Formats: sequence, C-alpha cells, structure tokens
Amino acid sequence: MDSYFYKMDLFGIPWMTVNVPNLILTTVAMAIVFFVTFFMSRKIRMYPTGAQNALEYLVQFVKNIIHSTMDWKQGKNFVMLGITIILYVFVANMMGVPFELATANHDVWWNSPTSNPVLTISLAAFVIVLTHIYGLKLKGPKEYGKDYFRPAFFMAPFKVIEDFSNTLTLGMRLYANIYAKEMIMVMLVGLGASSVFWAFGAFIPLVVFQAFSVFIGSLQAFIFCMLTMVYMAHKVSEDH
Amino acid sequence: MFDVTEIEWINAIYQILAFGVLLLLLKKFAFGPIMDMMEKREQHVADQISSAEKNREESEKFLAEQREAIQEARQEAKEIVENSKKMSDQQADEVLENARKEAERMKQNALAEINTEKEQAISALREQVSTLSVLVASKVIEKELDEKEQEKLIQDTLKEVGEDL
Repeated sequence: MDSYFYKMDLFGIPWMTVNVPNLILTTVAMAIVFFVTFFMSRKIRMYPTGAQNALEYLVQFVKNIIHSTMDWKQGKNFVMLGITIILYVFVANMMGVPFELATANHDVWWNSPTSNPVLTISLAAFVIVLTHIYGLKLKGPKEYGKDYFRPAFFMAPFKVIEDFSNTLTLGMRLYANIYAKEMIMVMLVGLGASSVFWAFGAFIPLVVFQAFSVFIGSLQAFIFCMLTMVYMAHKVSEDH
Repeated sequence: MFDVTEIEWINAIYQILAFGVLLLLLKKFAFGPIMDMMEKREQHVADQISSAEKNREESEKFLAEQREAIQEARQEAKEIVENSKKMSDQQADEVLENARKEAERMKQNALAEINTEKEQAISALREQVSTLSVLVASKVIEKELDEKEQEKLIQDTLKEVGEDL
C-alpha cells in the first residue's frame, strides 16, 4: 500500500527537493478555484441570479464565520483570506474523491494535494505568520508585544509554544483527515479490484465512503477557515 | 528524526506564493466585484427603507392635513347652510312684513276710497233730495193739496228719503 511521489532535486541541490505531482496538483486546485469562480462571477447584477447567488452565499458564509470570532472592524480585512482558504482547501480535499491516478509501481500522479503534510503545514504556517503580521499592523507593536504577557507575565512561554502548536495542529488536522480518507479509499478500490466477488462487495461501501469523503472534505475546509479566523481573532481583537 | 532536506521546501514556498496570487486574482476578478455589488445592494436597500419611511411619514402628514381640511370644509358648509337658512328666514319675514304692510296700505286706501265714495253718494243724494223735494213740491202744488196734507207729504217724503240714508 505504499505510495511514492516522483521527486527531483532542483539544480541537483539536495535540499531543493521538488515533489512534482504535488506541484502540479496544487496548481490544478488553484486553477479550478480561479476559473470556476471567475466564470461564475461574469454577470454581476443588482438583482442576483444563479451563480452570483451561490458566490454571495459563500461570501455571507465566510462573513458569518468572521462575525462569530471577532469584531467586524478588524474582521473586514480577512473576508478574502477566508474565502480563498475555504475554496482552495475544499477543492484540494475534493480532488482525491472521484479518482486517483498512480502508475503501476505506485507512483501517484493525482490525489488530494492536502494529503501531503508539507502542504498543509506550510499553509498553516502561512496563516499563523499572517496572524502575527495583522496583529502588528492592527494593534501596533506595543499592544502586540504586551499580548504575550497577558493575563500574567509567566504566560509568555506558553504563548510562544501556542504559536508553534497551533501551526502544527492546524496543518496536521487537515493532513491527517485527508490522508486517512485517501488511504481508506485506495484500500477499498484495491479490494474491489482484487476479484470479481469483491468488486461487488466493495462497491456499496465505496459509494458510502465517497459520500463521507465529501462530508469530511467540506468539514475540514470549514474547520480550517474557522480556526484561521479564531487564531486571527486572538491576535487582532482588542479584548478577549 | 527526519531529514530536513527531505522536506519539499520548494513545494511549500510555491504553494504559499501561489496562494497569495490566487487570493489577489480572486479579489480582482471574482469576489471583489461581487462584494462591491453586495455592499451597493445593502446601501440600496437601506436607502429604500429610509425613503419608504420618509414617504410614510409624509403621507401620514398629508393624511392629517386632509383630515383637517375636510373638517374645516364641513364646518364651513355648516356655517354656509346656517347663514343661508337665517337669511331665507329673514327674507321670508321681510316678504311677510311687506305683504302685511301692503295689505294694510291697500285696506287704508280702500277705506279712504269708501269714505270719499260715501261722501260723494251722500252729497249726490242730497242733491237728489233737493231736486226731489222740488219735484214733490211742484207735484203738490200741481195737485193743490190742502196745507196739512201738503205738510204731511213733505214730511213723509223727507223721512222716507232720510231713512234711506
């Protein structure tokens, strides 16, 4: 059941390893997000119809997430961030649901890019760094620094640890969910491909599990967005 | 522990950069316009609500004004009717009074006329009596009645004539 990714070292430098399938898959995910929303938002009218309604619903959904975590005064900066996160993570989660591509010797060429820990943790780290940047920007360096010593001065080390643990948990949660989903899916498909009997036996569980995968993927996208806003709220809100 | 060089740093960096680019692209081409439109719509709805509120207030004011105007008109109409009634009463009184006066005057006239007629009749009668008496006298003379009888005849005749008056 081991799967391998085609990797190469850029310019032959050992630390510049590139995971080529993942590079392509992230690009594809982003392209899907961009083109779908791009073509959905071509006709924008005062009285919304069809696609515009759907996108406006999404905007409202993200706005509600932000409203539930922080004041709108600070929250209005993060609507685009929330939308991009939720769409990108959702599409990336969904990519592995309908099919997976792998060569005969388990070289994977198509799966959910979010089943790669590097991608999820780097995205989480990016988000956490963004929270610090916005904390500095919206509250000023003085308030931002003081926040480390609230509610008591000895909390400072925990706050530093929290930053790292947040990054790790935020990324690992997404990665682990999607990776497990991929694994179970691959196993079910492998089982179904093993014999004619199991092809019928594994069909119904596979369908059920695909439905569950869609649920997991949507839920994880929502959770990622939600937690981003929660961490952001910790850094930017004036009182908590 | 895992080897740091095993981590695909290029992938991570690529993804983050691409994420940033995606964010900007979405903002510029898809969600920016949509959020602008949503804001515009919110503004539009708020404007509509406030203008509707204003219109309602205005119409209420108008309604009150109209009500007042109707009340005034009713009052005026009442006054007019009362005035005209009063006037017609007065006129009727006047007409009645005039008629009474006229009648009085006519009665007076008639009385005066009657009186003059009476005077005239009396005088005419008197004249006639005198002529009659002359006639009687001449008749008496013609008949040559005795003195007593003549006197009696004259007296009777006079009495007769006098009684008629």
